[in-house]
Amino acid sequence: MNGILANDLLIETTYLIATALFVFSLMWMSSPTTARRGVFAGEIGMVLAIAGTLLHSGLDYTWILIPLVLGTIIGIPLGRVQMTAVPQRTALSHSFGALCVMLVGTAEFYLPREVPMTRFMMAVLCMEVILGALTITGSLMAAGKLQEWLPQRPITYKGQNFVNLGLLGVAIVVAIILVIHPERTQLFPAIVAIPLVFGVMMIVPIGGADMPTVISLLNSYAGLSAAAMGFVLNSKLLIVAGALDGASGFILSMNMSKAMNRSFSNVLFGAFGQEQTSAAGAAEAKPVRSATAEEAASILSAANKVVIVPGYGMAVAQAQHKVRELFDSLTKRGVDVKFGIHPVAGRMPGHMNVLLAEADIPYDKLLDMDEINGDFAQTDVALIIGANDVTNPAARNDPGSPIYGMPILDVDKARTVMVIKRGMGAGFAGIENPLYFLDRTLMLFGDAKGFVGNIVRELSGGSGHS
Amino acid sequence: MKMDLLTSLYVFMLAAFIGFQVIKRITPLLHTPLMSLTNALDAIAVVGAIILAGEHKTKLAAILGAIAIVSATSNIVGGFLITDRMLKMFKPSGAKKA
Repeated sequence: MNGILANDLLIETTYLIATALFVFSLMWMSSPTTARRGVFAGEIGMVLAIAGTLLHSGLDYTWILIPLVLGTIIGIPLGRVQMTAVPQRTALSHSFGALCVMLVGTAEFYLPREVPMTRFMMAVLCMEVILGALTITGSLMAAGKLQEWLPQRPITYKGQNFVNLGLLGVAIVVAIILVIHPERTQLFPAIVAIPLVFGVMMIVPIGGADMPTVISLLNSYAGLSAAAMGFVLNSKLLIVAGALDGASGFILSMNMSKAMNRSFSNVLFGAFGQEQTSAAGAAEAKPVRSATAEEAASILSAANKVVIVPGYGMAVAQAQHKVRELFDSLTKRGVDVKFGIHPVAGRMPGHMNVLLAEADIPYDKLLDMDEINGDFAQTDVALIIGANDVTNPAARNDPGSPIYGMPILDVDKARTVMVIKRGMGAGFAGIENPLYFLDRTLMLFGDAKGFVGNIVRELSGGSGHS
Repeated sequence: MKMDLLTSLYVFMLAAFIGFQVIKRITPLLHTPLMSLTNALDAIAVVGAIILAGEHKTKLAAILGAIAIVSATSNIVGGFLITDRMLKMFKPSGAKKA
C-alpha cells in the first residue's frame, strides 16, 4: 500500500471514531449524571475529526488556521452568555451553522469539475443551499425577536401565507430547473437569495410564545442541511452528525407543538394571539381573593407539600434566586417542595430547568408536566410565579377557549392555589384565566422578585411551625 | 458513484433511526443543553470547509471556505463551552453548593 492510501485510511479512521463518539455523546446526555461525559466525548470526536482533516495532502494551512483562530475568538464569548440569553444564543448558532453549510454548498456549485455533477447530487446540493439560506435569516430573525431587538408580537398582513408559500415555491421551481439544466449556472444566485428572503418572511408572523417550537424547527433544518452537505461531499461523518441533529430538532419541535396543542403548520402559518386580544378585558369586575405576604407565608409554612410552578415571568423578574431562598427556607421547615415545569415554560425547550439549576435548585426537584400532574391532588399549596396560560383550566374544560386541548399543569387540583402576579391583565396569548376566580385561589399582587422576597422575610421572621 | 450514493442513503437512514431512539430517551430536564450540544456536533461541517479553504482550487472556494470555517468554529467552541457550563449547574439534592 502506498503512502497516499495509508494517509487516506488514517483520515477515514479518525472520522469513524468521531462518528462513534458523537453517538455516545448523545447517549450520555440522557441523564444529568453522565451528561458531562457526553460533552467530553463530543469534544474528543470533534478534535479527532479536525486533526484527521488536516492530514489531507496539499492543504494550504494559512487559509485554515487563521479562520480557526478567528472562529475560536468569536466562539468564546458566545459560550459565556447569561443563562437567560441562551435561547437567542442558540438561534444565532443555528444561523452560523447554516451559514457554513450554505457557503460550502455555494463553493461546491462553482467548483470546476472534470465530470459534471449527477442530477441527484445537484438536487441534494440545491436542497442544502435552500435549507441553509432560509435557516440563516430565519434564525437571525428569531434571535432578534428573543433579544427583543425586533417586536415580539406577530406581524401579519393579508395574503401573507400566499406570499410566503409563493416565495418558497419559486425557489423550488428554480432548483428543479437547475437539476434538469445544470449548465444554467446564472440561476444559482436565485436559490440563495429567495430562501434568504423567505427566512425573514417566515419568522415575521411568529410571536414570542411560539419561539420554543420555531427554534427547534430551525435546529432540525440546520441538521438536515448539514446532512445534505454530507451527501454532496460523500462524507459519512457529516451525514451522521446532520441526521442526529435533524432528528433531535424534529423530536423537540414535535414536543413543543404538542405542549402548545398546535400543529407545525399552525405554528408557521397561524400567527397565534392576534385575534384573541379582543376577547380579554371583559371580565374585570369578577371578584378575586387576594392575600398579603404574611398570610401567604403562614399558609406555606403550615403545608406538607408545596409545588412551585414557574413561568417565564419569573425569569423576566430575575426572581429565581429569591425562589431558591424560599425553597431553602421551606425545606428547612420540613415542607416537601417540588417544581412543576411545563415544556414551554421558557423560551426554548428545557430553558426553565437551566434557569432553576443556575439558582442552585437540585435537579431531582424539577419535575416535568407528566411527572408532576398526578401529585397536585395531594398538594397543599400550588404556588404559581410568572406563569399564566400553562395553568389555565379552560384548556381542559372550556371547548370555546382558544387554548382548549393544550396540556396544562393541573394546579387547580391543589388544596390552595397562590398566584403571584402584577395585576389582573391577561397573559401572553391574551386569554383570561378562570383559575384566578376560584374559591381556593389567592392572588398575591406584586412583582415576583419582591413578593417572594417578602414571603421569605416573613418565614424567617416568624416563629416557625409546629 | 452510484454505490456511494446508496451507501450514503443507508447511513442517513440508520443514523436517523439511532437519532430518534437516543434523543427520545433524553429527559426534558436537559433539552436546552441537548440543543446546544447537537449544535456543536453539527458544526462538524467544518471539515468540508477546511478542505475547500485549504485546497484553494479557486479564489471563490477558498474565501467562502474560510468564512465557513470561522462560523463553524465559533459554533464548536461556543457550543461545547456553554453546554458544559449548563451541565455543571445541574446538581442533585444534598450536593455541596459551588
